[in-house]
Amino acid sequence: MIEIKNISKSFSGVKVLDDVSFTFKKGQTNLIIGKSGSGKSVLTKCIVGLLEPDSGDIIFDGRSFRGIKTQGKKKIRKEIGMLFQAGALFDSLTVEENVAFPLKMFSELSTEEIADRTNFCLNRVDIINKNDLFPAEISGGMQKRVAIARAIAMNPKYLFCDEPNSGLDPVTAIVIDELIKEITEEFQMTTVVITHDMNSVLEIGENIMFIYEGKNYWVGDKDSILTTDVEELNNFVYVSKFLRQFKEKL
Amino acid sequence: MFFHIGRYTTMLSFLFVRPEKFSSYWNRLIEEIIQLGIKSLFMVVLMSAFMGAVLVIQTASAIESAWIPDYTVGFTVKQTLILEFCPTIISLILAGKVGSNIASELGTMRVTEQIDALEVMGVNSIGYLIGPKILGSLFIFPVLIMYSMFFGFLGGWALCFLTDIIPIEQYLMGIQSFSYENYEYIRYALIKTVFFAFIITSVSSYFGYYTSGGALEVGRQSTKAVVYSSILILMFNVLLTQLLLS
Ligand SMILES: Nc1ncnc2c1ncn2[C@@H]1O[C@H](COP(=O)(O)OP(=O)(O)OP(=O)(O)O)[C@@H](O)[C@H]1O
Ligand SMILES: [Mg+2]
Repeated sequence: MIEIKNISKSFSGVKVLDDVSFTFKKGQTNLIIGKSGSGKSVLTKCIVGLLEPDSGDIIFDGRSFRGIKTQGKKKIRKEIGMLFQAGALFDSLTVEENVAFPLKMFSELSTEEIADRTNFCLNRVDIINKNDLFPAEISGGMQKRVAIARAIAMNPKYLFCDEPNSGLDPVTAIVIDELIKEITEEFQMTTVVITHDMNSVLEIGENIMFIYEGKNYWVGDKDSILTTDVEELNNFVYVSKFLRQFKEKL
Repeated sequence: MFFHIGRYTTMLSFLFVRPEKFSSYWNRLIEEIIQLGIKSLFMVVLMSAFMGAVLVIQTASAIESAWIPDYTVGFTVKQTLILEFCPTIISLILAGKVGSNIASELGTMRVTEQIDALEVMGVNSIGYLIGPKILGSLFIFPVLIMYSMFFGFLGGWALCFLTDIIPIEQYLMGIQSFSYENYEYIRYALIKTVFFAFIITSVSSYFGYYTSGGALEVGRQSTKAVVYSSILILMFNVLLTQLLLS
């Protein structure tokens, strides 16, 4: 469980996050949704400590992340897996080395065990026989999947995915969503997925936060999102004419 | 200005944090020694040889006098190579090659969020990425400079061999003259090199690591890296020469 309390963040006077509070639940796929530029990535970066929020607190299972020493931060960070919006694979390392990187860095596993674990993770995201290629030599969608494999390599307690299925075809996108949901339940992780894809929202949205202009505007799940009467959210959900007609029939 | 000095110092202080795992740091160190040093060797050797040759021509034409013996040319070439050319000029050239390489590598890693990815994993990204670069250069640049000296002499020798500007024996005699001072001078050159190595790698790493924005910014930062390390090299050259030779 991750609790965020009253997070605010400005960049040179411009408020990007305004007093955001929320609780991400354990064993669930928690969603942050919102328009492009609404502050989703900034919020995630504040949670994992890549950005320092101006105010507020972040609590990982009772452990406050703000105002603690580097050593304590490191300990929590080793329990975090993160998928960046653009993948952020290390381009000097091969696919296999990328996934093995956290294992080599932090685990006491033997070389064979690392190779096994690496291949297991790569299989999980359907990347087969690509071990020796470099990130630049595989497609964008594959990079994304390798990045997921790297994020789950250490069996994290907290998994953050910034738009895991942008740039993927609809079929693979659903597969990735399902995968995230599956491992979340299997390993009882606290998973946070950022998305603006309504398909994923309806597929995996158990606990959803809608960010609008830097504020936590609405909280709910995949069922209540369809029947909400918050106008800003409706504008987000029912974008196409087809969907609006569908809404009227509801 | 003070902001940069402050952030630079903070960056350096992170280098002393105990590494997570020594084996991966060791591998990174070897990698950097190859990347920064061995891959510059060919360029250094070639440039030094040509420079040695041209120094012979220049010096010989400058002191074309019956009163000054030919071996003076060899002596002057030796002094120039050891005292200034090899440590300073080659360091400037390395600042161009290695400096822009480091800054653009780190800058790209920054803008594509690879550095963030390291940090989220709990890796001390400064220690992991920059530490081995600095340490590797402190070790390998002096080696490069010694190669540079050797090939500088060789270039001069080759020129004497191919032309008849001065007789080879005279050149060699000049090179060997006052050899009791050589140790002192080489030591001085290597001390300077170590300082320059530190300047090049730490300053370029600084500019690369603190890139923000996109690909365009990476280019700008790598230009800055080269400019500032070159200026600092020349500044410290004056300082160190004053300190070490007086
Ligand atoms: N480092 C930064 N410096 C200044 N402004 C920033 C910085 N990072 C983000 N912003 C601003 O914060 C706002 C929110 O950005 P953010 O990346 O969180 O959007 P997002 O919701 O993730 O959008 P998308 O869905 O397109 O990824 C944007 O207006 C952006 O310009
Ligand atoms: Mg984003």
